[in-house]
Amino acid sequence: MKATVTVMLKQGVLDPQGAAVKSALGALGFDGVEDVRQGKVIELDLAPGTTEAQVTEMCEKLLANTVIESYRVEIG
Amino acid sequence: MKAAILVFPGSNCDRDLAVAFRAAGFETEMVWHKETELPRGVDIVGVPGGFSYGDYLRCGAIAAQSPIMRAVAGFAGKGGHVLGICNGFQVLCETRLLPGALMRNAGLKFVCRMQGLRVATTDCAFTGGYKPGQDVVFPIAHHDGNYQIDAEGLARLEGEDRIAFTYVGNPNGATADIAGILSENRRVLGLMPHPERVVDPAQGGSDGATLFTSLSEALVAA
Repeated sequence: MKATVTVMLKQGVLDPQGAAVKSALGALGFDGVEDVRQGKVIELDLAPGTTEAQVTEMCEKLLANTVIESYRVEIG
Repeated sequence: MKAAILVFPGSNCDRDLAVAFRAAGFETEMVWHKETELPRGVDIVGVPGGFSYGDYLRCGAIAAQSPIMRAVAGFAGKGGHVLGICNGFQVLCETRLLPGALMRNAGLKFVCRMQGLRVATTDCAFTGGYKPGQDVVFPIAHHDGNYQIDAEGLARLEGEDRIAFTYVGNPNGATADIAGILSENRRVLGLMPHPERVVDPAQGGSDGATLFTSLSEALVAA
């Protein structure tokens, strides 16, 4: 079983890396980019029987810092 | 008086911190992150700067899960003093001993320079020897020092006089120019600048020495 965890900065938290990527895309002539948010994707290979609730607990305890980040879990 | 200084894989200011504590009259003991207990008779725990676990996942996130941090949380819970500098501040936020989080610098660059700071409160063991509002200069050297906290948390820090140091000229985008904050019981201080790198004029400044002598005086009196 696989779980994919996507961690993003919360809306409203300034994302300096996303802003730099947006500006670099603009420099390449891609001027249709209105905003860029950069996050990370964490893939977990899970033993059978691991529950989505456990993955959520992993996110809360370690994978995301919920002060500034939000996360999304996809199983399978 | 005894200071325990934590050592994680990737810590690189641990020995500087020990030297600064010793210059202020502390005995020091280095404590490896795999330890599950602090040494007996510790008066303060120092969480040093560096790049614990290579800053993997988030700065301080992996160190926050190490066995010794459980012991440090217990020590702080019983009213022990804890000083976290730079990566140590990040670790203390990740363990939730301090509120908020440290993000990538707004300018994206690693900032390494002497930095003007203002002593925002003298109501704690760490800053009691400074004058209220005193300007000091400590070095900064970090990539993720952009302190973020929500409006409610900021109002609480301000209302409870828990902002210890502010930047004079914000180097990293930190909310309200915050360079260092105190816990609710005022016994845990986390700050991005490095007082331990300015404790002797031979280092190019000695503004940081007062922090360590303040601590030693406060802890002797306690």
